[in-house]
Amino acid sequence: MQRIEETGRLNAGEDKLRDLLTRGLAGDEGAYRAFLQELSAHLRAFLRKRLARLPDEVEDLVQESLLAVHNQRHTYDAGQPLTAWIHAIAKYKLVDLLRRRSKRELLTDPLEDEFSLASAADTEVADARRDLGKLLAQLPDRQRLPIIHMKLEGLSVAEAAKRTGMSEAAVKVGVHRGLKALAAIIRGGA
Amino acid sequence: MRTDDLVSMLAAGAGAVRPKQAARRHASAVIWGLLGAALLMAMLLGPRPDLATAVLLPMFWIKLAFVAGIAAASLFAALHLSRPGVRLTWVPGALAAPVLAMWLLAAIALVRADAAERAVLFFGDTWDVCPFLITMLSVPAFIAAMWAMKGLAPTRLRLAGAAAGLLAGALGALVYCLHCPEMGAPFIAFWYLLGMLIPAAAGALLGPRLLRW
Repeated sequence: MQRIEETGRLNAGEDKLRDLLTRGLAGDEGAYRAFLQELSAHLRAFLRKRLARLPDEVEDLVQESLLAVHNQRHTYDAGQPLTAWIHAIAKYKLVDLLRRRSKRELLTDPLEDEFSLASAADTEVADARRDLGKLLAQLPDRQRLPIIHMKLEGLSVAEAAKRTGMSEAAVKVGVHRGLKALAAIIRGGA
Repeated sequence: MRTDDLVSMLAAGAGAVRPKQAARRHASAVIWGLLGAALLMAMLLGPRPDLATAVLLPMFWIKLAFVAGIAAASLFAALHLSRPGVRLTWVPGALAAPVLAMWLLAAIALVRADAAERAVLFFGDTWDVCPFLITMLSVPAFIAAMWAMKGLAPTRLRLAGAAAGLLAGALGALVYCLHCPEMGAPFIAFWYLLGMLIPAAAGALLGPRLLRW
């Protein structure tokens, strides 16, 4: 019953979200930002329900899923139901997280994972425990600098190219590969 | 980093994305895979000497159609498996159809043949090399198909690897048809299929490790 309600809610928002994503994929940055913004709320609800025993992991997984949606956005086909696409990505990341954890727990004492009922249920946005900004520092310069200039300082490709001394193509490739590398670092258990 | 900051970061300068990338990537994998297999075939095996007369026989085209059917079905499967949240509704049927049709032809050929001929129909002259040569010819397509899959977003990694491997096997077999002298339906129904399943099994084995994202 709960699941039906949840799917229904997302379906109501589906058309709007899909419109934002379609415009975003066509190059409308504002629409894409709005899409990611709304999506993070959906992902938080979706993952919180499924990670009830691990509330501390929710926000990290929301961020990891957002990064995955961004990195794999070229696999969305305009004719496809958006809900199915999003849920498949979120579930994939959820399963990946649980697999990583179970591997780690086989190696380490699970005592640290004690959790109290008090922290189990709340609706506000928790802070992510993993700082993506710090992980960014692990990337090589050819990926890190384009991301910092273009994605964080908001420079254009041409400006970022001038600032780094890289070609415009290399800046674009650096951003693309850097964000994928970021996902790989997270996956590696950082 | 707060989630809102991540959203801003991801959106900044995100730019437009070319549509239909799954189809594009798989299409270039097919082209490169076929070219690679043709090159290997030309260098190491050469076409069958009687190719000019063989193309007049229906069995040559049946063999080609069987392999092309599996190539098309596995391409269909790979396309479906490379994008999150796409249902596989028609995929099992599309894969089963060419195999069942070929098995039917093989059964008819075996039933009609004399007892002494049956072993010849099944083993031909080249059963011991056929699956391995198909596997060898499928190596370039295997690399290309895995590359295509890796750049997309499969969520069922074992199945996705198997589909990419089967596609590679079918492309290798397609080129192998130009070299292979065998014309018996039972031979094709078993040894060709085995040759295509070896890369598929390799894909299933490697998928979970190679295709993660």
